[in-house]
Amino acid sequence: MNVVSANIGQPVPRIDGFAKVTGQATYAAEPHPPGLLYGVIVNSLIARGRIEAIHDEAARAVPGVIEVMTHHNRPHTALFEKSYVDGLGVPGSPYRPLHDGEIHFNGQPVAVVFAETFEAAREAAMLIQVDYERWPHNADFDAALYQKYMPSKTRSNYVPPKTRGNASEAYALSPIKIEGRFHLAPEHHNPMEMHATTVIPEEDCTLTVWDKTQGPQAVQTYLASALSLSGNEVRVRNPYVGGAFGSGLRAQHNVFLAALGAKMLKRPIRVTLTRPQMFTHVFRPEAVMDIALAADRDGTLQSIIVEGVTDTSRFEHNMENLVIWGPIGYKCPNATADYKIAPRDTYTSSDMRAPGAATGVNLFEMAIDELAWACGMDPLAFRLHNYSEIDAMHNMPLTSNALREALLQGAERFGWNGRPPAPRSLRDGREFIGHGMAIGIWDAMFSPTAARARLTSDGRLHIATPASDIGTGTYTILAQTASEAFGIPIDRIDIELGDSTLPECPTEGGSWTAASAGAAVWLACQSLREKFLKALAKSENTPERIRQSEVTLTEGELRGVRDGRREVFSLQEALSFIGEASIEAEETAKPGLRGKISEMRKARFTHSAVFCEVRVDEELGIVRVTRLVNAVAAGRIMNPKTAASQVRGAMVMATGMALHEESLMDERYGRFMNHNFSEYHIPSHADIPEMDVLFVDEKDEEVSPLGIKGVGEIGMCGTAAAIANAIFHATGKRYRTLPIMPGA
Amino acid sequence: MRNFSYSRPGTFDEACRVTEHTRFLAGGTNLIDLMKSDVERPAHVTDLKSLSMNQIEELPDGGLRLGALATNADTAAHPLVIRHLPLLASAILAGASPQIRNVATNGGNLNQRTRCHYFYDPDMVCNKRSPGTGCSARGGRNRIMAVLGTSEACIATFPSDMCVALAALNAMVNLHGPEGERSVALRDYHRLPGETPWIDNVLQQGEIVTSIDLPSVSFGEHYTYLKIRDRLSFAFSIVSVAVGLEMESGLIRRGCLALGGVGTKPWCVPEAEALMKDKPPSHSLFRDVAERILEGAVVDRDNAAKLKLAPRVIERALWQAAEGTPQSQTCKTIR
Ligand SMILES: Cc1cc2nc3c(=O)[nH]c(=O)nc-3n(C[C@H](O)[C@H](O)[C@H](O)COP(=O)(O)OP(=O)(O)OC[C@H]3O[C@@H](n4cnc5c(N)ncnc54)[C@H](O)[C@@H]3O)c2cc1C
Ligand code: SF4
Repeated sequence: MNVVSANIGQPVPRIDGFAKVTGQATYAAEPHPPGLLYGVIVNSLIARGRIEAIHDEAARAVPGVIEVMTHHNRPHTALFEKSYVDGLGVPGSPYRPLHDGEIHFNGQPVAVVFAETFEAAREAAMLIQVDYERWPHNADFDAALYQKYMPSKTRSNYVPPKTRGNASEAYALSPIKIEGRFHLAPEHHNPMEMHATTVIPEEDCTLTVWDKTQGPQAVQTYLASALSLSGNEVRVRNPYVGGAFGSGLRAQHNVFLAALGAKMLKRPIRVTLTRPQMFTHVFRPEAVMDIALAADRDGTLQSIIVEGVTDTSRFEHNMENLVIWGPIGYKCPNATADYKIAPRDTYTSSDMRAPGAATGVNLFEMAIDELAWACGMDPLAFRLHNYSEIDAMHNMPLTSNALREALLQGAERFGWNGRPPAPRSLRDGREFIGHGMAIGIWDAMFSPTAARARLTSDGRLHIATPASDIGTGTYTILAQTASEAFGIPIDRIDIELGDSTLPECPTEGGSWTAASAGAAVWLACQSLREKFLKALAKSENTPERIRQSEVTLTEGELRGVRDGRREVFSLQEALSFIGEASIEAEETAKPGLRGKISEMRKARFTHSAVFCEVRVDEELGIVRVTRLVNAVAAGRIMNPKTAASQVRGAMVMATGMALHEESLMDERYGRFMNHNFSEYHIPSHADIPEMDVLFVDEKDEEVSPLGIKGVGEIGMCGTAAAIANAIFHATGKRYRTLPIMPGA
Repeated sequence: MRNFSYSRPGTFDEACRVTEHTRFLAGGTNLIDLMKSDVERPAHVTDLKSLSMNQIEELPDGGLRLGALATNADTAAHPLVIRHLPLLASAILAGASPQIRNVATNGGNLNQRTRCHYFYDPDMVCNKRSPGTGCSARGGRNRIMAVLGTSEACIATFPSDMCVALAALNAMVNLHGPEGERSVALRDYHRLPGETPWIDNVLQQGEIVTSIDLPSVSFGEHYTYLKIRDRLSFAFSIVSVAVGLEMESGLIRRGCLALGGVGTKPWCVPEAEALMKDKPPSHSLFRDVAERILEGAVVDRDNAAKLKLAPRVIERALWQAAEGTPQSQTCKTIR
């Protein structure tokens, strides 16, 4: 039976777009159950110490205030620390909200006010006074570097760097070398939708939890464990998520506190963070990388030495894969890398869009650019000469690698040829023009995922998987997948996402959802289709002439051909022949034995080549990015429209990384001070040029069942470096600290 | 936000009757923000929007009168302003975003509060917010703070763009208060922090800004508003310069210059402006002007970049004005 549907690979507009722009999509802070109470969190104003007293009399006197929950009066929670470990499983001692009077970081919740209105809760929260015993703290990154360490237990996804050859000897012997310290400022995720939770106690004593999360099942497990409930007492929903960028990978304190409040007060509770409070939890760690590179006179890379450090909290050991990207991506015979983390008295840093690589690839590509220049080589030629076809660090082949095509096609689209090699050679009026480029690389991941497909008597196909659409277009690409796999038009498909009671699924993140949930939906739809056609052929009620014919299913219609006569009938009719109101199939996409073997033998990455033009007013320190071209090799592209939008979004974020975004830590208090959108600068429209995203053909049957690699984060990797490198070409000046701001 | 009472009086006399816990409300883009952040805690809010002060009209002497309630957007787009005071229109358009300018009023712009991070965070000590508690910005993350006109007690900038142009243009501010009406030169309207940084300006209790008067000028195309900021739009200035030059046969007859982003108030130094009188534009002249106007600047931990940039921005702005190539606020190329 042939499936003819061109839906995968088509630029289908978002199917959830209408619901979103008309306000029909329900986000975590939007359910309005009767009797809803509003919870407002009070944050610690010190970084380290102990609460001596909480004065809440004035707060309690505010009309409408029901309760002030603190560590003194909170309900019972799980006894053991390990019960608070969340899905991300960062080693260490997880932070337990309102556990006791100890303060671990500035902004830590110390109380939650619950009131009949948000206004009353907010006002009362402002009236709470807390006395602290202050302990010394350190929030200064440079000081923390003196305490850098390697934790005895590492994060499960941590890839330890591997040494090859003798990098320091090669460095000493090589004629051309560069070396320097590269730095990235901390950044906050700042999705448009702030973290929020609405908890609804149901009549059957279960809790329905609407949470802004990237993993409803992870939150369900966390809540059940931390609140000592059984798993089926908690149902977590997140059908719509207004961006997350990794901030929803961990169960944030708002969900715990809202659920705790519901347990205490037996009423529906909503807790929403304010924008300033969004700066009291996860952030992209501050990072330094000491990079030393050496090459032969002909531009052949001879030595890579990378030492990198990112910051973490004093209580958890957050880690990133920071230093491995150079050793993986370049075929240098001698390479060594070292990674450590540095503790500060802040909340734990966490994964933010392309964690590790966004920092590690960009800073490394800035260093590579310095070496290319030192070798007197064109930056593109240098990379074409030195990049590795395989994972050079593990000496493993890749499932596919179209980086060369990306480099060539990107260069062509940008018009790289003819670029004068020397900096300061292009000028227009007072502005210097610079062209820079960089390579991007990011994991291509796949995680076991389940999906359910159900055909109902109205002839509609219902797909359910608890994957989350964090704004990336998951609804749309899953509908496209289902449409093709089952053979039904997209407007007759309903997709249900973001519900912990649905089949098993990993937390959304790392760009694996398209590959994983996509495969699960594909399998479930194929299996349903088979089951359905079999049942049709078997059922006694199916008219003889249909049973005897070869039945095909396309575009939501069944066609039988017998004795040269065609017969068309509907899915509804078919279901009535079968005599069922609906028919259902559930499948889990797993790597399988072949996949597992492949994972052991081959590495898998997405690649990109980013080209950038900047104009720099050197005197005034103004940088304008005027052109960005990104050629991406990411396997099969499910939907060029949503995929390009993902890449462009990441390029905007990377422009922020290069030029604007920095969370300003005042180490005297341990607090990020520019905690609002007026002073934490994400790029404005004026800062973003036309962005040209092209997808390079890359057929990869091995990387995941549908040949998908994922495109959510690759746009981060390389773009910031391309901008910094273009600034060098414009001005002849190297900046090794991001962001590069006026007056730098 | 704390609970408060609200009124919307129909007459000036009614509106002036206030206590020290009253705040006037115009567009609300600043006041409401600050109330939500618990920085401003008025017991009563008097909404000015029923008072008639949204006119933009020509004065008998050829100057312009801008009503305090006219929005920033309407002001910048008004044909009279575009014709007579393009410098002002340009400065307004360099500020905030179209959405904010549609709501923000001229009176509100004059009276907006600083954007100092520590002022905005009620958990931090701040003399401007809570008199006598101390200044967290000194020694802290103060990249955006002032280098001119600072004191031990406060180093916050006055963040307006519009007021920088008003200062360069020698505007007058018309007030209506319980004691009657008076006018104050814009250059004297905002106060240096000194030992009382919580007092931003000379407005007395109950006084309302009713309008702003601008004398007629003859800068022609010899003006500019040049603003350097951390992104190309929608950010407060790091350094900004408003310049207007009256030129005649290649000589500067009168130079008007004010700085934003670097001072605790719109920064003008008449002696620096006087240096330009009857001189032809030249690098050395403009360097002298910049040097003179930045005299006495003091940097703190993070804001040395302002002092590095300021002379260059001043010189560039002076050249833009001298050459009659004012900075466009839509095209981001800086000539
Ligand atoms: C995100 C953001 C970015 C911004 N960027 C810029 C920028 O780049 N450049 C810039 O210049 N501005 C910027 N602004 C500030 C903006 O210009 C001011 O918020 C606005 O002008 C205030 O006007 P309003 O009418 O909304 O004042 P309101 O918020 O209503 O009032 C502000 C203050 O003025 C007082 N007040 C108002 N009217 C009168 C009156 N007639 N008499 C006496 N007192 C009065 C009020 O009591 C209050 O204290 C920005 C604002 C925001 C929110
Ligand atoms: S600089 Fe002024 S506004 Fe800022 S903290 Fe100090 S006193 Fe407050």
